[in-house]
Amino acid sequence: MNVGLLHSLIRKDEKLLIEEFSKRREVKLHMIDDRKIMFNIGKDKHDFDVVIERSINHSRALHAITLFESAGIKCINNSRVATICGDKLLTSIELSKHDIPQPEVRVAFTEESALAAIEEMGYPVVLKPAVGSWGRLLSKINDRDSAESILEHKTILGTYHHSIFYIQKYVEKQGRDIRSFVVGNKCIAAIYRESEHWITNTARGARAVNCPLTPEIEEVSLKAAKAVGGGIVAIDLFETDREFQVNEVNYTMEFKNSIDTTGVNIPQHIVDYTIQAAKGGVNGKD
Amino acid sequence: MKSADCPVCDGLVELDEKTVTGELIECRDYGTELEVVELDPPKVEEAPQEEEDWGQ
Repeated sequence: MNVGLLHSLIRKDEKLLIEEFSKRREVKLHMIDDRKIMFNIGKDKHDFDVVIERSINHSRALHAITLFESAGIKCINNSRVATICGDKLLTSIELSKHDIPQPEVRVAFTEESALAAIEEMGYPVVLKPAVGSWGRLLSKINDRDSAESILEHKTILGTYHHSIFYIQKYVEKQGRDIRSFVVGNKCIAAIYRESEHWITNTARGARAVNCPLTPEIEEVSLKAAKAVGGGIVAIDLFETDREFQVNEVNYTMEFKNSIDTTGVNIPQHIVDYTIQAAKGGVNGKD
Repeated sequence: MKSADCPVCDGLVELDEKTVTGELIECRDYGTELEVVELDPPKVEEAPQEEEDWGQ
């Protein structure tokens, strides 16, 4: 079985996957560096049974898997999942369509309309780039002065997509949120991401602590995964008094800090699923 | 065990048998993040700077 692993830099996460694939005798692993690959649209012939996407760059990942799919190659995750998860606005639309709880979101395209939306929502709100990760360029806006200033800065200094204002109602997280891991139709593990800072990404220093799976966490995680198209995804959840709200869904999930924490061999689950997909056992959705 | 010179501090960076091309490693002397660009002979370069669409 020929498995392609699309990558750029090899992080600890990819290293763990490579090691897990190397244990499988039926797998011949092909490393595909997104910095070196070239595509010839309509003429490409790839000898992969499946490609697992692990690029660090969203834009390269999305375009590469779209090109692989156009050449008839099954990709995990598929391009639909990458398209939706890579854009918070599209994720919010899918969550809404599937009646999955999420923080209130407004979208506007000008400083004036964004300010009006923020004033309607009430402070505080969080302004996020629709595309972006690791907590970069998030702004918690506590009052009108901050709103005016940040909107102006984003309009003048940002690239065009920073003028697509994705505004989320701030949720008081009590110092933590939850990241759950879904592989196919199973929620395999979850962690609390704890931080004194309102941004709780582990890339920003939050601590990973095991979060025992409950039926409620499993249910909302599986629903969110299904809403974005399934596959292998990590769900960020906020706990509120009434419910769990889905904040984001990640399609190239990072898990290195969550294996010892949860006691779950996450790379093993990912590799099992990828091999199943290559054999036609799963379609990248379930 | 193979080794390469850190391009920043000139310190010795050791690569174990499982090191692969493209792997991110850290120079133990000053913590510089490095990318393994060749294995034979071993060569490392400063890792690329974080870009706007990196990560999940």
